Amino acid sequence: MFANHLQPKLNINEVEKVPTRNGYGDGLLEAGKRDENVVALCCDLTESTRTHLFAEEFPERFFQMGIAEQNMASVGSGMAAMGKIPFIASYAMFSPGRSWEQVRTTIAYNNSNVKIVGAHAGVSVGPDGATHQAIEDIALMRVVPNMVVLAPADVHEARKATLAAAKYDGPVYFRLGRSATPVVTTPESPFEIGKAELMYSRDKSHEKKVGIISTGSLLHNSLMAAEALQQQGIGASVLHMATIKPFDTEAVIKFAEEHEAVVTVEEHQINGGLGSAVAECLSENVPTKLARVGVNDRFGESGEPEELMVHFGMDVSSIVEQAKRISG
Amino acid sequence: MQYLTSKEVKELELQANEIRQSIIEMLSEAGSGHTAGPLGMADIFTLLYFGILNHDPKNPDWEERDRVILSNGHICPVLYATLAHAGYFALEELLTLRKLGSRLQGHPHRGALPGIETSSGPLGSGLSQAVGMALAERLNNPYSSKFFYCLAGDGELNEGQVWEAMMLAGKEELSNLILIVDRNGIQIDGYTKDVMPLEPLAEKFEAFNFDVQEVDGHNIRSLNDAIGKAQSVYSQPSVIIAHTIASKGVDVFERDFRWHGNPPGKGPEDRVERDEQAMVALRKLRTLADTIEAQDIS
Repeated sequence: MFANHLQPKLNINEVEKVPTRNGYGDGLLEAGKRDENVVALCCDLTESTRTHLFAEEFPERFFQMGIAEQNMASVGSGMAAMGKIPFIASYAMFSPGRSWEQVRTTIAYNNSNVKIVGAHAGVSVGPDGATHQAIEDIALMRVVPNMVVLAPADVHEARKATLAAAKYDGPVYFRLGRSATPVVTTPESPFEIGKAELMYSRDKSHEKKVGIISTGSLLHNSLMAAEALQQQGIGASVLHMATIKPFDTEAVIKFAEEHEAVVTVEEHQINGGLGSAVAECLSENVPTKLARVGVNDRFGESGEPEELMVHFGMDVSSIVEQAKRISG
Repeated sequence: MQYLTSKEVKELELQANEIRQSIIEMLSEAGSGHTAGPLGMADIFTLLYFGILNHDPKNPDWEERDRVILSNGHICPVLYATLAHAGYFALEELLTLRKLGSRLQGHPHRGALPGIETSSGPLGSGLSQAVGMALAERLNNPYSSKFFYCLAGDGELNEGQVWEAMMLAGKEELSNLILIVDRNGIQIDGYTKDVMPLEPLAEKFEAFNFDVQEVDGHNIRSLNDAIGKAQSVYSQPSVIIAHTIASKGVDVFERDFRWHGNPPGKGPEDRVERDEQAMVALRKLRTLADTIEAQDIS
């Protein structure tokens, strides 16, 4: 059963699709209106990252960095040292991909109040191919102390993540997608940094029970997989983790205890991302059978987003297949 | 620009000499760390903290202070020694350098110790941070009189990020930004001209819209004049290329790149040799101090 705060029409033929980056654009503009210390930096991708909405409204608080992501990270750190709340945006492959050390030392080690916005994360970037498909960014940011890591599911979560990041005092990384993503949540759906949300609860009359833990853009696929599993007589629930770090250990332990097996779903390498985080948590606390859906130690490639989801085994039927495999 | 009397110059020279002695004592006690850069930059640090900066050692977070952003974090012994001599914390604490639990980390950590404006060590990121601070200040207060002093090494200019920051500083015409480059001509693997030639350095900075000055990095009066002039530059960032002598003040170490990353002596396993070398260095410095003291400035 879907959580009651979700959109009424979630069927793939009916669901609205909007890129998560639009949520960033709206959220940033809103954050800028609420707090004059919010500033935005971008590396020659202003419209693509949707930073332009803020730049048009607050030109004096927008800083064009040129194509220089390493500089942007440290400039952001310097601005934060003077009381600003910088949002630094580029494609995730370049920021924090290229600028990892600057992020680690000048932002995280300094505990600077900088928000790193990685757009075009995941293979759903599509035709641009592997060079532009960041599927390592969660791993890169998750290992850095002081860093909060978010992966919003849809446009509403992206907007809320932006506003929550602006309020939170400290370094935050969040990833955004390029292509239109199913809108699953509503403006009223709860969103809190560090808190996992149950988005779908299993029918308790089914004997078998599998728990799906999703992050980011694959929430919709996870929900559709849960529906399909239920129709096939397998009880399935979906716990959505928009926050990867700080990790909601309590919620994951409880979720694992309520199910026989767990499947993680992410548009990211299964090594180092959500799958690893969940595996670590379960092994240490409640050893549970686990399958990890995501990219398995490969680079992405060119193609249409939907084709790539099938190709890399992150589509609905792949999730269903994995769930059946470990719950059987 | 503030004029320095001969008496003030002499006092600053003596202060720099004391800071150099502290550097030798710290490194000798730590058994590891960098010698050449800290000794070479002692005059510049002394002039900044005892002659130039608007700051308050008893209130290190005072909002109106000028900022010193040390980009080449490995020369932090000179920063730590200068801060202690200026009154930011007790001199005795200098001897905890690089030890477990110390506030004096091997490379500076912001928040660990009063007066540290940023964490640094990985080279090339200081100028970007100084640019960020200078930009934010311009937004916060268009009538600000704060200056942002970024100190960087010459070998550090090999890092591409520095040139990214230079482009931005030039584009934004950041006249509140003053970069001081420690042009000592050495880096770990050898002389900068061999490892990665930088010349013509002044022309490169000019091409990036910097006001450029070249000075003797050990001449307090020339340095003071150069900083004063840099402060008055309009609609351009400034760079002062300070020609320094690595390990200045201890002639047996001077100009030798082998002292870049080593303390006096051979390291922790050889305490006797370390102490002997430190004693030699300290004797040299004290003799130098006597010479300065004896100068007739009347």
